[in-house]
Amino acid sequence: MTNTYTLSNVRQRYSERCVVDIESLDVRAGEILGIVGPSGAGKSTLLRLLNFLEMPSEGKVTYRGDPATPDLPLALKREVTTVFQRPMLLRRSVAANVRIGQRIRGSGPDDDAVAQWLDRLGLADLADAPARTLSAGEAQRVALARALVVEPSVLLLDEPTGNLDPYNVGLIEDIVRSDNRKRGTTVVAVTHDPFQARRIADRTGLMISGRMVETADTESFFTDPQRPETIAFLRGDLVY
Amino acid sequence: METLGRAFGDALQLLWNMDSDLFEIVGLTLQVTLVALAIALVLGIPIGAALGLTKHLPGRAFVVPLIYTGMGLPPVTVGLFTYLFLSNQGPLGSLGWLFTPAGMIVAQTIIAFPLVVGLTMAAVQGVDPDLPIQIRALGATRCQVALTTLVESRIGVTAAVVAAYGSIISEVGAVMLVGGNIEGETRVLTTAIVLETRKGNFALALALGIILLALAFLTNLIFHRLQVRQGGP
Repeated sequence: MTNTYTLSNVRQRYSERCVVDIESLDVRAGEILGIVGPSGAGKSTLLRLLNFLEMPSEGKVTYRGDPATPDLPLALKREVTTVFQRPMLLRRSVAANVRIGQRIRGSGPDDDAVAQWLDRLGLADLADAPARTLSAGEAQRVALARALVVEPSVLLLDEPTGNLDPYNVGLIEDIVRSDNRKRGTTVVAVTHDPFQARRIADRTGLMISGRMVETADTESFFTDPQRPETIAFLRGDLVY
Repeated sequence: METLGRAFGDALQLLWNMDSDLFEIVGLTLQVTLVALAIALVLGIPIGAALGLTKHLPGRAFVVPLIYTGMGLPPVTVGLFTYLFLSNQGPLGSLGWLFTPAGMIVAQTIIAFPLVVGLTMAAVQGVDPDLPIQIRALGATRCQVALTTLVESRIGVTAAVVAAYGSIISEVGAVMLVGGNIEGETRVLTTAIVLETRKGNFALALALGIILLALAFLTNLIFHRLQVRQGGP
């Protein structure tokens, strides 16, 4: 199986503080990798590295064999996108928000694709509504539609259902999983909720204080954890 | 009180008749104001957006206070400096712009420019700092991020346009000095009001004042409609 990302000895420092310190991590093509851990563990920073929004202070990130540097071709960078915890919609209509990725790519608006995604996420009736008037769940579904309409090779999720109700959580997880199965989208989902990782991830990793403590197939991660930190985290102890 | 009432009646009659001198003054006022506004916007919006978007621009610590000072420039001082620059002995004397609409436009642009820069910068800074990151995560180039953020702050940028327009259409000191209030050449509404008041032609002065207010109001009505269309309050 080929790797979408390979990280080796990656460190990310903010002034003196080392936020990410990963000796080695592979993200396999077409998998859903769940990353769990307490807040402040460096999970969001890791996603920013994977989305090329930051470059590591040390070490190497490669994306599909190419080193992830500022010189990485734009077309490759555009294969990756993130849905953050806050949907960050533009002060425009719902449909215009979903269209923004296509406009950025200059590929011209593909209204059919936009309509299709709005429909799949139960937003068809809200297409012309101002995005600012939506509920939290609706807004996050718009953010997901906006990400998926450009058919990314890699979808990064940063606590995408952090403060949503079970209905919206279920809907978003369904769409992510079905897009992964249908198109082979590689997904890295950061969550502080281990149950979410268990529901959607093929593999799960635990991150604490910037380090990847343990990465394993989701089933064995939960049923047969190897490291004491993982056991403690899954038991619900406070780890940091 | 009686004088005021009579002046008001006469003013309405003058407006009704709309003589050609009045038309000329209104036309020149709009021309000078709009050209100066356009130049200030073309130069000021990109600079304001750049200052608002980049925290580490070299010289920023010096430029921003300078812009803030510029936002409160006494127009008559701007007029004086422009006058000296454009006068025969001045460095730009060879242009021959003193006592012409071109010179007035220069002064008005100098007054409007810092307002446009400062308020555009504030509008762009008002956008949630996570928005540019999200836009980048969607594949945008630096330029696209800047443009999208600027468009997102459009309600605040419209306020910058309104403030700049208001400050220059109502300005009298600078255009008086640089233009000279020459009949048929550089006379605009504000300078005409000063002249007619001094001459005791209160009716005419009042008529001019009413037109000035109406112009300001009509334009702001348009700006406000634009803001509402953009999803503003």
